[in-house]
Order: sequence, then C-alpha cells, then structure tokens
Amino acid sequence: MIERRPILDFVAHAVLILGVAIVAFPVYITLVGSTQSAEQIAQSRPLSLVPGSHAVETYRLALFGGKSSMGSTFAAGGPMLLVSLISALIIAIGKIAISLLSAFAIVYFRFPMRNLVFWMIFVTLMLPVEVRIGPTYEVVASLGMLNTYAGLTVPLIASATATFLFRQFFLTVPDELVEAARVDGAGPMRFFKDILLPMSATSIAALFVIQFIYGWNQYLWPLLVTTDESMYPVVLGIKRLIAGEAYTEWNVVMATAMLAMIPPALVVILMQKWFVKGLVDTEK
Amino acid sequence: MASLSFRNVIKQYHQGKQSLQVIHGVSAEIPDGEFIVIVGPSGCGKSTLLRMVAGLEEISGGEICIGERVVNQLEPADRDIAMVFQNYALYPHMSVFENMAYGLKIKKLPVAEIKQRVDKAAAILELGHLLERKPRQLSGGQRQRVAMGRAIVRQPQVFLFDEPLSNLDAKLRAQTRLEIQKLHRELGITSLFVTHDQVEAMTLAQRMIVMNAGRMEQFGTPEEVYSKPATTFVASFMGSPPMNLLHQAPGMREDRILGIRPEHIDIADSGWSVTVETVELLGAERLIHTRLGTESMIIRLHEDQGSPAIGQTIKVRPREDKIHGFDRATGVRL
Repeated sequence: MIERRPILDFVAHAVLILGVAIVAFPVYITLVGSTQSAEQIAQSRPLSLVPGSHAVETYRLALFGGKSSMGSTFAAGGPMLLVSLISALIIAIGKIAISLLSAFAIVYFRFPMRNLVFWMIFVTLMLPVEVRIGPTYEVVASLGMLNTYAGLTVPLIASATATFLFRQFFLTVPDELVEAARVDGAGPMRFFKDILLPMSATSIAALFVIQFIYGWNQYLWPLLVTTDESMYPVVLGIKRLIAGEAYTEWNVVMATAMLAMIPPALVVILMQKWFVKGLVDTEK
Repeated sequence: MASLSFRNVIKQYHQGKQSLQVIHGVSAEIPDGEFIVIVGPSGCGKSTLLRMVAGLEEISGGEICIGERVVNQLEPADRDIAMVFQNYALYPHMSVFENMAYGLKIKKLPVAEIKQRVDKAAAILELGHLLERKPRQLSGGQRQRVAMGRAIVRQPQVFLFDEPLSNLDAKLRAQTRLEIQKLHRELGITSLFVTHDQVEAMTLAQRMIVMNAGRMEQFGTPEEVYSKPATTFVASFMGSPPMNLLHQAPGMREDRILGIRPEHIDIADSGWSVTVETVELLGAERLIHTRLGTESMIIRLHEDQGSPAIGQTIKVRPREDKIHGFDRATGVRL
C-alpha cells in the first residue's frame, strides 16, 4: 500500500491481530492445559486460562512414560519423537535428493521420450498417497517393510512437486553458464555438484522446510504400516493417548502435542530467512 | 599458441525431416597470434561459427583445426581454447578468485600454480582488490574483466570472444576495446572476436571476416575491407553512413553498380546535378542527403565547407580514383 491512511492501517492491523489470535489461542490452551493436572482439566468448565503448577511431572510423563497419579500407564513419547524426527528427515532429504537428480536429468540431458517422462512425473501429482494407499500398502507389505523406517518413508519420498520446482529453477539458469562450465572442463556431475547445487541452495532450504513438516505430520500412512509400538511416530502416539479405553488424561495429551509441535516450529524459525529467500529470490 | 584453420566448414540444423543450412562452407587460414574479428548483421552465422570453434555446436561438415589438430570431435575443454561470453557467464555463487580458478582446479593444477596464475591475470586486469567479491557485487565493466581473467588464466591457444562488449555503455566499451588491444599485444594469443558493431571490428581487427547469410563475403585487413569492399554487401555494411550504391549514375553501363563513399564526393562547378533533401550536422562534419535522379545519395562535407540550402540543386563530382564498380547481377567487385 502506498497510501497512508490511519484508518486503513488500523483495519489492516486489526484483521491481522484477529487472525493471529485465532491461530494462537488453541496453542495457548494446549500449553496451559499441559501445565495443569488431569483432575483440574476434567473438573473445570470452561478450561482455566491460568497456567497450572504441574508442568514438570506432566512433561516427564509425556516424554518418558510411566504410571500417572490417576493410575493409568503411558508409553514414552521420547522414542516416538525420535521416530518422527528420523522419518521426517529421511523423507525431506530423500525427496530433495531424488527430485534434484530427476529434474537435472529432465532439464540437461537429451534422451528418448524425455517429455513423456516429465509428464509421467507430473501426472503423479494428481495421485496423492491416499489415492494409491491400497496398492502401496500391498507392495510395502510383500517387501517385508512393515514396521521399518524404509516402510515409513520410501513410499513418501517420490515427489512430483519438488521435481517440478527444481525443473522450473534449472530452466532459469542461463545456458551460457552451462557452456562456460563445459569450456572449463566440468563434466555433467561436476557441473551439478559445483554449480547447480550451490545455486539451488535457497530453493533446497525452502523445500526442506515444507517437506520436513509434510513428513512430520504424516498420520494415515504410519497408521497402516506400523503395528509395533517402538515404530510409532509421535502424531500416532497422540491419537493413541486419546483413544485410551478408560479415562483420557488430557494434560498428558496436551503436553505430547506441545512436544510434537516443537521440532517443526524450530525448523521453520531457524530456516525462515532461507525459506523466504528460496521462494521469493530471483537473483541468479 | 597456435594457428586456426577453417576448411569448408558447414553447419546444418535438422528439425524432423527439414534441414536448414546456416553456414555455407567457410574457409580461412588464421596464422598464429593474429586478432581476427568476425563481423556481420544478426543471424549471419558469426556466433555459430565461433561456437563451432569452441565446441559448443557440432560441426556438420568440413574441418576446424587448432594448430595441427583437427578438433571436430573434441570436447570444449580439450580444445585448448578460452571463451568470453556475451553475458560473462560468471558463476554467481563463487568469488572472483574462484571463478577464475575453477577451470584450473578441474584440470587439477597445483594450488600454488593456480594462485600464481590468477594473481598474474588479476594484476593485468587490475582486479587484485576484487578477488574476494561475488559477481553480483561488481559493476558491468568489472564483471567483463573477470570474464576475460577467467579466459587468460587458462593460457589457451585461442581466445574466443562472443560480443563481449555489447552489454557495456558506450564509454566503457571504447575503454575496454583499448584494453583488449593492449592485452592482445602483451599476450599475443590468436583471437577470434565476434561482433555486429563495425566500429569494434575496424578498431580491433588485424584482419576481419565479413559474413552475410552464412557466407564469408570478405576476409582482409580493415583497410582492405573499407577501401576495396569485395561485394556490395560489404560496401553497404562497413562505414557509417554506408557507401552510396548507385544503379543509375550518369554515364554508367547497364550491368554495373557504382559505389562511392560519402566522403569522396565534392561539390563542384560542373558534374552530377543533385537535389538537397536534408542536412545533418554531426559536429565536425555534415551529412548532406541528396537525390540523384530516383536514387538517394549521401555526401559527407567537412563542417567548414558550409552547407547547401535544403531544396537547392547543386553540382557534385565523385573523385575518379575512389569510384568502385560492382557487377549488378552478382554484387561482386569488378
């Protein structure tokens, strides 16, 4: 906005603040809930908005598991966080690696049916995991990959979105640069490593953020391929806490939810600058 | 250092069943150490020819030799050439030093020698204080010098320049032209310089190749090309304003074209009658646009020779010894 109108400023800010409040309030409730005891949450209607004093024991329960004062047993959340972290990392890094290579092949190599290959990759955009979940499960199961990291991650690694994004980026790299590298004696892989990769750094960072969160938030797929508790990612863990047969201890659920929010939030906060640059930057 | 020869070089593009020939058999021998400019209008094939020497375009027919070696099948990196690109093609994420050193690093030269070569080139090009900068922190002229530095450190047999001055402003272009000349005197490396700018061609070339529509029209020194153009195309391409090409000059044979440069026509008491149409003052000289019968003719007069009035009919006389004759059918000099 180039105009300077106080009223417009006020309205814009009001809308933004309202938006932030709507998004932030549930998070705050969760945070407050996780510091109260189970009885407090169960008895107070509506929920108290003042933080309680049971934070330490609740979070210890959520992280390391054990018996609560109410008598129910909890599985430890720590290992689940680790499973989530490992599979989100494998998914994000794997997606980026594969997409970079396939985009490199599509843009820089002349091979028969190159366009067909590109369109085939592109078409898979229309087939998300949920659509092909039956056959994919069948394949993963017959390969004996249930309850393994491979089973959790491999089917999610192929990514048309990332391939497409890198293809678009590579197309903007000037031909002269490719030719200069050829004159300098750089072979294809050398060119890829020394010139293309560093130039794509910001796009890679942006994609890493997106794909890490995608991997972290997976729910349906892990639900199918993991039956062993030691392979549960944390998102599944939260669901299991709620589905407990008797009495849901909401304070522990909320503490686990808070814990599950931390890693993706950290990734976003730490990589924010790169993330924005990668999506906005056009400088070559 | 090495000589460079073109032997009936042909370039064809194939698209489906159609093929398009863009270079029609260029042959030229360039001795070691000569600075050659290839000049011509856009689309004449000059850049394609250069890129064929570089190995960036396949050679469809004929041979290109660098020194004694036929290089048709060699990769660009193995041809012992260095190229300066129009947009400089600097690696954006590398510092000036890394940009210049990259080719040498791939050749696996010892670090000490890389450093020594880069420092020497940087000293020649006055880039010493910029070595740690990234290309985006440099001005256009500085980027251009880095691109030349990257070529110099390779110590190639042949330098290839693909319109390297076209992105610079006029002042910088004139300055860089002088620098390139100086560089060539110091290093004495065979150079091939592509441009569409005839001033660059005239000032830089020891000899120049004038190209048109994929054919070499003339290969000679700037003096030869200017004073004895081989075809009407060369006559009209070189010189600003170009040579007057008259189809109906008084007393001329039917099958000829008469060429006369604007500066070789004098106002006289008797001679051709021409009508003055416009007069342009360019500072030291005037261009008098006149009409001779149905054809237009430009006369260049020195500023102190005065100016005829517009609409006036004056008598002019071409200098006999400066008249060029061309065959009307082929455009070839007689």
